[in-house]
Amino acid sequence: MPELFDIFFYLFALVIVTSAVLVAFSHNIVHAAFALLFTFFGIAGVYVILSADFLAVAQILIYVGGILILLVFGVMLTNRVSNIDIRAAVRSRIPAFLLCGALLFIIVSLVTSGHWIRYDQPPWKGSPWNHDAVASVTTPMQGTPTEVSNNQGSQGTALEIGKLAMTDYLLPFELVSIVLLVALIGAATLARQDKSNKSTIRMEEST
Amino acid sequence: MIPVGLPHFLVLSAVLFVLGIFTMLTRKNAIAVLMGIELILNAANINFVAFTRYGAVNFGGQMAAIFVIVIAACEAAVALAIVLNLYRRSQTISVTEANKLHD
Repeated sequence: MPELFDIFFYLFALVIVTSAVLVAFSHNIVHAAFALLFTFFGIAGVYVILSADFLAVAQILIYVGGILILLVFGVMLTNRVSNIDIRAAVRSRIPAFLLCGALLFIIVSLVTSGHWIRYDQPPWKGSPWNHDAVASVTTPMQGTPTEVSNNQGSQGTALEIGKLAMTDYLLPFELVSIVLLVALIGAATLARQDKSNKSTIRMEEST
Repeated sequence: MIPVGLPHFLVLSAVLFVLGIFTMLTRKNAIAVLMGIELILNAANINFVAFTRYGAVNFGGQMAAIFVIVIAACEAAVALAIVLNLYRRSQTISVTEANKLHD
């Protein structure tokens, strides 16, 4: 009888892989965009079973709520729906297929042949390779009270991440906020209508 | 059946990464290429979080994953702006046909 952890892993893995295959092979670009939605949700589920709750929420908020909406906007604005030009053309599938197959083979053989060192160090993790500990972290209700209070999975990771962002990662945190600001200004400048050049085709802003 | 451990997550992320590479290589539509890039970034993120969970890096991996998500948001915004500009100028977003961003 497989553990609940395993069942959820394989469920999310199935969702991720099937929808990612749809993204890669679908002929319709709109279908690909909606398959990407399920990929992002599946990845959020994987974050949850890896006890990264803050990242799971950030994934849903930023990827599903932000990036995917941007992509769908891009698809809708740049495809002439009336001309049925919505099909995504493909090129050079066979070489890409061979290359990707070789790449997958190399990565998987590296991963499966690697001797992964067992870290039992951080007390909040318990022993990751001991499957009972994993189950108790992912489902805190099943652990004994001391186990639950020892692992930080019960408190959530937002506290630790916030502490790290204000201490060890303060400089990257500030830098990334500046990058975000610059990207926003840059995107607004790039996408703005060119007032001096009237010959450019105007986007339909009313819709 | 082997209990799910670190290699399972790494293999899942490898599959996602390869599918992203495939999407990037085969699509002509620039937005579909962007979707491939998002798949690749997510594959990297799964690795970061899995190593945080099973390794001893103590939330460093999750911080890296957050930075990756922020950079992905920046990249999507700027890339979409460029794609819209490209479409306005040349009426195409095919990466094989587009060859200029400026008159």
